[in-house]
Amino acid sequence: MRKIFTLLKVQYSNMLEYRVEIALWAVSGIIPFFMLNIWTNNNLNEAININNIMLSRYFLSAFFVRQFSVVWVVFSFEEDALLGKLSPYIIQPLNPFFRYFTQHIAEQITRFPFALIIAFLFFLFNPESIWFPNLIFLFLSFISTFLSFLIQFLIQSIIACLCFWTEKASSIERLFFIPTLFLSGLLAPVASFPKYVKSWIYFTPFPYLIDFPANLLSGNKTNISEGFIMQIFWILLLFPLFTKIWYEGTKKYTAMGS
Amino acid sequence: MNKNKYLVVYTKFLYTSLASELEYKTNIIIDAITAILSLVGSIFLLSIFFQNTGNIGGWKFEQALIIQGIYTVLNGITNTWFNPNLREIVRHVREGTLDFVLLKPVDSQFFISLKKISPSGFLEIILGVCLLFYCIKINQIKLSLNFLILCLITITCSICILYSLWFFISTTTIWFVKTWNATEVLRSLLYIGRFPMSSFSFSLRLFFSIIIPIAFITTIPSEVFLGFAQIWKVILEIFITLIFLITSRRFWLFALKYYSSASS
Repeated sequence: MRKIFTLLKVQYSNMLEYRVEIALWAVSGIIPFFMLNIWTNNNLNEAININNIMLSRYFLSAFFVRQFSVVWVVFSFEEDALLGKLSPYIIQPLNPFFRYFTQHIAEQITRFPFALIIAFLFFLFNPESIWFPNLIFLFLSFISTFLSFLIQFLIQSIIACLCFWTEKASSIERLFFIPTLFLSGLLAPVASFPKYVKSWIYFTPFPYLIDFPANLLSGNKTNISEGFIMQIFWILLLFPLFTKIWYEGTKKYTAMGS
Repeated sequence: MNKNKYLVVYTKFLYTSLASELEYKTNIIIDAITAILSLVGSIFLLSIFFQNTGNIGGWKFEQALIIQGIYTVLNGITNTWFNPNLREIVRHVREGTLDFVLLKPVDSQFFISLKKISPSGFLEIILGVCLLFYCIKINQIKLSLNFLILCLITITCSICILYSLWFFISTTTIWFVKTWNATEVLRSLLYIGRFPMSSFSFSLRLFFSIIIPIAFITTIPSEVFLGFAQIWKVILEIFITLIFLITSRRFWLFALKYYSSASS
């Protein structure tokens, strides 16, 4: 535990150096707002029984959830593996993924003020949608955002471990990102999806990545217990898979560039 | 003579970068699946918008598909040419190898923006063109010489604007070194090029026509496709393209004055 805290502190000061970049990252997450603009500007929301205000809260929450569940471990891992930087990390008595994990957490902490600024600007343009979720829901959405982050982190770590076999795992990640983008609720709330998609989508991990935490945060209707159960289910499913693939992968590892 | 030289150099570029990309064969297959899925996904998103309404911002579903097609073609071009070269420029500046580029007896902008090519975008271009042909069929567009010339002009202009935008960002590497994130911002802004400009609110429309000309990149070519673009819009687009090309060129030459080689 102490190791993690030290790592966290180191990574946080590391991340503070890259404030501009992180601010740009935060800005690049504004796609949900464009989507909101299409929805409200064409009165598309009447058909799905969510009024304008609730919808704008939904998209703002989706923005927040996305900000704090972005994962890029596969890209750092690929670079480290290809350049052979991974070798010293593997020798250390600590799984290198802890290093990436704390990196992500530190980045999220640095990102927080920028996300708040963007939310503030959003409220400036849409003053009618200001709300403050009650503390229980705020807490629940915080937990579910973190669980969503964990799911994505595990999935990406599994993909990253494929580096041991294919060297370029980031293209697999880009492939996986497409369903995440369209099915997670970032671009349109899952409630608006056609029936033939809704019938199976709740069995996949996607709606629990953004739609579920965003619904919690914005106060839209959602099935709380089912959401949490499914999130934990996916984590319990993915974690052993990750340890297995990590174990197999490190046996295959041939240090490159050294 | 001079033109010939550039042609010869370019075929060499093509050959070397294709050869190095083909090293990763499974990668190409995965990229192909990604391209198909992403087109399917965006049509799915479009169908969500249209499931309860006949038109968005005055565009019918069949018409909005044209925008999708043009966007896919342009995205393919971005992935094939602009993106891999941008990555090279960042590397050149960071490692100081830009010196070698500047010393070569070819134009540095030519070298730096066409050096690399990644075949993963080809499929996207093909998919986009297929979608466009399909749209011509379902929208019952009559093909004529006039139509084809106008289409070619506007799409060429879009490509040039897009190129200038990317090149602008690449140029800023000389000062900031890490521009990877700025391209992400551009990428997410370009994302709205998938939808008709008229479906956005007035203020956003203004922003995307004046500050970042995304309206000109996809919407105007689509209007030309449908045959309801006024001629002044086409002329305006040509004019804007010229401005962008010239300023991006100037900007590059200006930035080079500030280039101080790294690690040497």
